[in-house]
Amino acid sequence: MGPVTISRRPVSPRPRGWLPWGITWAVLGGLVILPLAAVAIKASGAGVDGIVASVTTPIALAALGLSFGGALVTAVLNTVMGTVVAWVLARYEFFGKSVLNAIVDLPFALPTAVAGITLSELLGPKGWIGSLSPALAVAYRPAGVLVAMTFVSIPFAIRAVQPVLQELDADVEEAAALLGAKPWQVFWQVVFPAIRPAMLTGLALSFARAVGEFGSVVIISGNIPLSTLTGPVLIFQRLEEYNTVGATGIAVVMLIASLITLVAINLLQARGHDHG
Amino acid sequence: MAEHSRTGEGAARPVLITLAVSWLAVALLLPFGSVFIAAFADGFPAFIAALTMSEALHAAWLTILAMLAAMAFNLVFGIAAAYAVERTRLPGRRIISALLDLPIAVSPVVAGLMFLLVFGRQGWFGPLLSSLNVRIVFALPGILLATIFVTLPFVAKEVIAVLRETGTAEEEAAATLGANRVQTFLFVVLPNIRWAVFYGLVLTAARALGEFGAVSVLSGNLIGQTQTLPLYIEQIYTNYQTTAAFAAAVPLTLLAVLTIAAQKLLAWFSSRERAKAALEER
Repeated sequence: MGPVTISRRPVSPRPRGWLPWGITWAVLGGLVILPLAAVAIKASGAGVDGIVASVTTPIALAALGLSFGGALVTAVLNTVMGTVVAWVLARYEFFGKSVLNAIVDLPFALPTAVAGITLSELLGPKGWIGSLSPALAVAYRPAGVLVAMTFVSIPFAIRAVQPVLQELDADVEEAAALLGAKPWQVFWQVVFPAIRPAMLTGLALSFARAVGEFGSVVIISGNIPLSTLTGPVLIFQRLEEYNTVGATGIAVVMLIASLITLVAINLLQARGHDHG
Repeated sequence: MAEHSRTGEGAARPVLITLAVSWLAVALLLPFGSVFIAAFADGFPAFIAALTMSEALHAAWLTILAMLAAMAFNLVFGIAAAYAVERTRLPGRRIISALLDLPIAVSPVVAGLMFLLVFGRQGWFGPLLSSLNVRIVFALPGILLATIFVTLPFVAKEVIAVLRETGTAEEEAAATLGANRVQTFLFVVLPNIRWAVFYGLVLTAARALGEFGAVSVLSGNLIGQTQTLPLYIEQIYTNYQTTAAFAAAVPLTLLAVLTIAAQKLLAWFSSRERAKAALEER
């Protein structure tokens, strides 16, 4: 902003706004930047060797492997199923559609502890699903962790893809079909390229949500080291043992993964806007 | 839209609808419904008894307090941040946007750890806080801090989207007609962003009610003191008080449904208003 000039032109539509700017930076400074700096300084105090040592114990490696591997599997599953759901919600009219559309947001609104206890009951050896077959009784097993991760991240891919499908011009698809393209050709060659950035955004959001999930996972997993223990739960356990450096080591790895995911989402969204 | 199903998708339609409905039914409705069935497994009196235990009531009170605090905080912060990003030319607007994404992407446990490093006994301000006799970690302020952190983006992001979409024409007109900045904000900007603010507050409430990871690190989880309702549910569930845990989960589940209903209602209101405005413009 240059110096204030007196003219007959209307007052600048963008007023100076130092007050909201100041409030925003005070809050972000205190609640986001300061805590981030504290982690960075704690980590640099421990040194690269200390951090590496804290994340390369067999238990830590297994926990991080389960968190990242599990979140990746979950994110892919949720992106595939989410695209199907988004397609159905965007393109078809059927009885109960508005209810279906509303319950998609349930995992966001339902407290993760509630998700944890209800999934544990369903998938425990005596639960509705778990009692059907021992293979389905996945509570306290690594597969149970994946179920919890999947549940909490269901909405993201759906809500990323749905608006893009709704805005997509149906004319192009119809033209392709009229020119003799088979339905799957229309999907792969017309629809899929258009929704790919949104699908990838949904994938990244699902991954970010699943990898950091704590409430439902801590309940359903039983937290068995080398088996069902995840990264966030290991951070929690190390904090309870007053092993702050060990907890910070895992936290740094997870924070870096979060930042990479965030950058990826922003780049994808920027690219999506260019096309739209 | 009806044309669509005729362009060779006849076979795909029932298959895809069945797939989508069964996926959401198994993955969402089944867990949701089983909350209620498990809560009433020992009958209605047992349900009421579990709900009215003093620890449960205290935990519920703390959760509501944290929710209200997060809503009040985000009402001010969310509008201020959105205004700073979309209606000022001050430096750092893109950084504000980027920082707003962080609480969604960071694991709540990592968030809890970060605050512990700042405000904990061994943290940066630990000695200062204990000399002032102020407790943040393992006390109410820690719970509020955790809840506010995880809800920080919700109002701001909703309002940013609306401010970007509406543009500045109305505000310029008001300024030309002699309105000062406060008047423009109160009578032009605020009515435009009203629904977005409400929507963001509903998201804030939903997220605040369920917050678990950051609160469990920062609160100390002391029964009857710093235990919120989600923490209480987890604790009594791991103590094999299954029915009582599900009883305590019922109000939270109902509130979750209520927040979803409120979202849909607000979306409907705002789209109706936009349609009306579009008609008037013609």
